[in-house]
Amino acid sequence: MKSYLASRFVVLRDQERCIQCRVCVRQCGYDVHAYDSEAGDVFSCDERCVGCHRCVVFCPTQALSVRENPLSYRANANWRPEVMEDVLRQAETGGVLLTGMGNDKPYPIYWDHLVLNASQVTNPSIDPLREPMELTTFLGAKPEAVTLDPETGALATELPPQVPVAVPILFSAMSFGSISLAAQESLARAAAEAGTLFNTGEGGLHRSLHAFGEHAIVQVASGRFGVDPEYLEEGRMVEIKIGQGAKPGIGGHLPGEKVSAEVAATRMIPVGTDALSPAPHHDIYSIEDLRQLIYALKEATQYSKPVGVKIAAVHNVAAIASGIVRAGADYVAIDGLRGATGAAPKVMRDHVGIPIELALAAVDTRLRQEGIRHRVSLIAAGGIRNSADVLKAIALGADAVYIATAALVALGCRVCQMCYAGKCSWGIATQNPYLTRRINPSIGARRLANLLRGWSLEIQEMLGGMGINALESLRGNRLHLRAVGLSESEMRVLGVRPAGE
Amino acid sequence: MRGTPTRNNPYGDGKVVDACSIFGVIDVTGRPFSGDRAIAAIACMHERGNGLGGGFAVYGCYPDFADWYALHVMYMEYDVREHVEGYIGSHFQLHLAEPIPTRHVHTISDPPQLWRYFVSTADHPLAGEAPDDYVVQQIMRINTRFRNAFVFSSGKNMGVFKGVGYPEELAEFYCLDEYRGYIWTAHGRFPTNTPGWWGGAHPFSILDWTVVHNGEISSYGTNRRYLESFGYHCTMETDTEVVAYAIDLLVRRHKLPIEAAASVLSAPLWSHIDRDSSPRGILLRTLRQVYPSLLLNGPFTVIIAHTGEMIGLTDRIRLRPLTAARHGPLLYLSSEESAIRLVDPDLGEVWTPLGGEPIMARVLAPGEGLPGPQAAARPFGGGTR
Repeated sequence: MKSYLASRFVVLRDQERCIQCRVCVRQCGYDVHAYDSEAGDVFSCDERCVGCHRCVVFCPTQALSVRENPLSYRANANWRPEVMEDVLRQAETGGVLLTGMGNDKPYPIYWDHLVLNASQVTNPSIDPLREPMELTTFLGAKPEAVTLDPETGALATELPPQVPVAVPILFSAMSFGSISLAAQESLARAAAEAGTLFNTGEGGLHRSLHAFGEHAIVQVASGRFGVDPEYLEEGRMVEIKIGQGAKPGIGGHLPGEKVSAEVAATRMIPVGTDALSPAPHHDIYSIEDLRQLIYALKEATQYSKPVGVKIAAVHNVAAIASGIVRAGADYVAIDGLRGATGAAPKVMRDHVGIPIELALAAVDTRLRQEGIRHRVSLIAAGGIRNSADVLKAIALGADAVYIATAALVALGCRVCQMCYAGKCSWGIATQNPYLTRRINPSIGARRLANLLRGWSLEIQEMLGGMGINALESLRGNRLHLRAVGLSESEMRVLGVRPAGE
Repeated sequence: MRGTPTRNNPYGDGKVVDACSIFGVIDVTGRPFSGDRAIAAIACMHERGNGLGGGFAVYGCYPDFADWYALHVMYMEYDVREHVEGYIGSHFQLHLAEPIPTRHVHTISDPPQLWRYFVSTADHPLAGEAPDDYVVQQIMRINTRFRNAFVFSSGKNMGVFKGVGYPEELAEFYCLDEYRGYIWTAHGRFPTNTPGWWGGAHPFSILDWTVVHNGEISSYGTNRRYLESFGYHCTMETDTEVVAYAIDLLVRRHKLPIEAAASVLSAPLWSHIDRDSSPRGILLRTLRQVYPSLLLNGPFTVIIAHTGEMIGLTDRIRLRPLTAARHGPLLYLSSEESAIRLVDPDLGEVWTPLGGEPIMARVLAPGEGLPGPQAAARPFGGGTR
């Protein structure tokens, strides 16, 4: 069927600069560029371009640029180009539209409406270059109180397992399968260097990464891929994945094409079979079942590591989180509307769930109202873009945050949203060995560790500016936030005052 | 009384920001003495206040009624007293009700009505085994339910006397020359964002715990929300209040020794804790892991007192001053050394405590000898900050 879709991008090649070296031909995972040996010329098929800039960055003579196709439609606020293109695509395929990465729609980004405080006069700001500045955070359940033996004064409280992170930023779940092993190894190495954790996602832990088990959160999701006693034993924390911000309410789908021998071995499934995670866990139909799974995993790991639960931010997230805490989870991870994915139905990604800022504030408030906030750690995920977002999340009530998109961007990702195609030119969201070789895990880890270091320095500067020298004193401290341009009801949910008040 | 502010912070700034002078003195033999020294010392630091708040806590001032809770209540409106007295009458056994004696001081204008009630919980079925919890609950209820009444002191054999004015004027106003106590703490206040409310002056108090505070607690939002989970309502919109409640939670409810509580409020740095694998290091680690939300961040010096004990504490990096001194059985804590030297020129020892190092002095048990140099103030387990 002839496609009625116009190409999204236009590749501009400066013929004066092009030396026909064919780097672009080799770099593009989408076969945009080709060499015509008869004409001795490199040409481009614009309609295949996803706008990932791989060719632009690697062109040795800077001969290439990519721009959005300036094609104009008759202006229509309702029938916008994207709406029409989606209709066309479905008319041509008859299927569910797939996409990758997070929600790209212009929902309010509350981070950009929250501003942070700083000290002036009455309270000296603290210079992190001269004074200690503590970011260490302990993840895991905490008891209500510390108890000392009344006779001897000795410590009588034994804490449940605690996992320290040197920066309150963890790499969110990205499975081997959805991303390449080289990309996952980069995350693992960077986590080890920065003193934080990476999350295996629902893809098992490849043998070569067992060395980084101390820095791994091993996920147990509805497909149970890669889960065995050794896997649980290797990880530092165990995470039950109930939902994901990009696609609340549905499971996962790794197409058989991406299930290479290594992926298959790690997931414990046959090569080339689709890896389908069911929408619900088939052993969890309510909160009491979740409790059983939490305790089954604690039993399996001899209560030696925190067992947390990750949920997507949905309408009644506060009540759900409260139930999860009461079910015995040691931490709760909440993934918001803008959380990303390797593959999701576009309609789910763009229309289901609520923004993380509101969800996080609602959960923190509810847990405090119920007097159980201090029992658990709270991890916020989905849409954290920079160190200011991290700090704002912590002021709203998070113990730590998960980042994934930012980490992939550090590895080269341009958020082209084509992860599900398995052709990623940056070698991230693909299993094609020709492409995955592009990531050198040492260099990838360097880039990621640099990112965490940069953010952590910025966090220290901002904390010092507020006159705070330990991150824990900002946790849930919404007095250090003010809202700019938000409605009364949004401020009520966020628990922040308007700027100037 | 007309026009007396009824709230600490009518602007809703979230908390009151102030700078201050603080002073405390204890006689570790428990011998009561007059307030002359505390009043003269705090007056010496006049420049550190601006006349918008001052106050004193006196321990041992009601020896004849030592078994009863002394509730000091301020009424910003005439009508409300009747309701509050009705409430007190139906929730406590009331032994004595009287106006707190005051005298006219021309600079103290528009004082609220000030009354004190000596009560016990003996007959109340709800008080049961935990009368202190019951009293805290009732005070929280009075302070939140009756808008223009405020309980500002509620311990046994101790009292808080505070208001708007310079502390030496308030001492005159409250006739403090007629009281004797074995601990006196004092406060002169320099608020920056409030016209001054009588209830908002220091010391802040719950049961027999009192706190005078110089500084601004940057972690107030965190501390407050944590304490709210445990049923403490911060009605005063000021950061000092959280210190009193934090101590109450840690020491009275969680039964931790005061040294441990001090190491929660001014927690040692992780870099110090990590070097210490002894039981003490493990205790410090556990305390910090369980109570991160009670770390007091930002510049502060506090003098905390309760029956038989006085504690001085600064923030971890000592952004507010504190000087300690000893002379025989007397231990002094002050924002400025000059104030101590003014009232006691022949000091034995004078020293500046390290950041986060608690200075503690308690009344000696019968037969216990005077502690050696600085021993009365030995930091928790030796202090290696």
